[in-house]
Amino acid sequence: MNIPLIIKSSTIETSLVLAPQGDIDMSKAPAMREAIKTALEAKPAKLVIDLSAVTYVDSSGIATLVEALKWTREGRISLTLAGVQPRVKTLLDITKLASMFAVRTTVEEACKT
Amino acid sequence: MVSMEREPEISIRIFSDPHLLATVRGAIDGLAKCVGFQDKSRALITLAIDEAMTNVIRHGYGNQTSGMIWLHMWRSVEPRGLRIIIEDLGKATEPSKIKGRNLEDVRPGGLGVHIIKETMNEATWEARPSGGMRLTLAKWLNAEELAAAYPSPSTPEQSEP
Repeated sequence: MNIPLIIKSSTIETSLVLAPQGDIDMSKAPAMREAIKTALEAKPAKLVIDLSAVTYVDSSGIATLVEALKWTREGRISLTLAGVQPRVKTLLDITKLASMFAVRTTVEEACKT
Repeated sequence: MVSMEREPEISIRIFSDPHLLATVRGAIDGLAKCVGFQDKSRALITLAIDEAMTNVIRHGYGNQTSGMIWLHMWRSVEPRGLRIIIEDLGKATEPSKIKGRNLEDVRPGGLGVHIIKETMNEATWEARPSGGMRLTLAKWLNAEELAAAYPSPSTPEQSEP
């Protein structure tokens, strides 16, 4: 029942890429939060969160992304979301947060810009 | 306490365990599809109910996983759509104090109520006389969904005399 959130981590040039897989809801958001915190300890120039394998995010997941935004701004690290799926985009629009994030279609684009 | 004149299409009772929410989301999405909601609306309905149950777990039961949550869903005919009731036995909140926060203040948390009010046609919180809270939600099909799921009978073709 308690299926852990799988988060793949990789480095592309100066970007650290986190790629969670599955839903990011109340039960999974804490794991995502920890993964982001750990990733930022390495002080990458850029953090890319690849959401292409995430089909559902609730307000807990959105709160985690907002925390990531806050932490990266404080650490002068660039944050970009990649591969945002339609249902996740809808939630970003409803919460009027879409404009707060840099969003790119693919991880490759996110790492280049 | 549940009553909407007839038995609901789906009734689920779950523990207040966040790990169970994904299972419930599947049931909600399935019934919404049967009623005629298209993908975007189904995403909004699922999200709103998920947020409501998350709020019950977090605020009603203080993240304890042993509380009970009841979810009942009815297919509505007039107007076409879904009616939903969510009940719990957690800590009650004064309904007038349940408000979405100002979105200009960009910070984590506090988005659930805003999402529920923004996505559903009706959302009413009330304290249950026997304890806990009751949230009544409704979502109606939009014009496009109505036309696709419940097309008007076509006019019979005129035959040549």
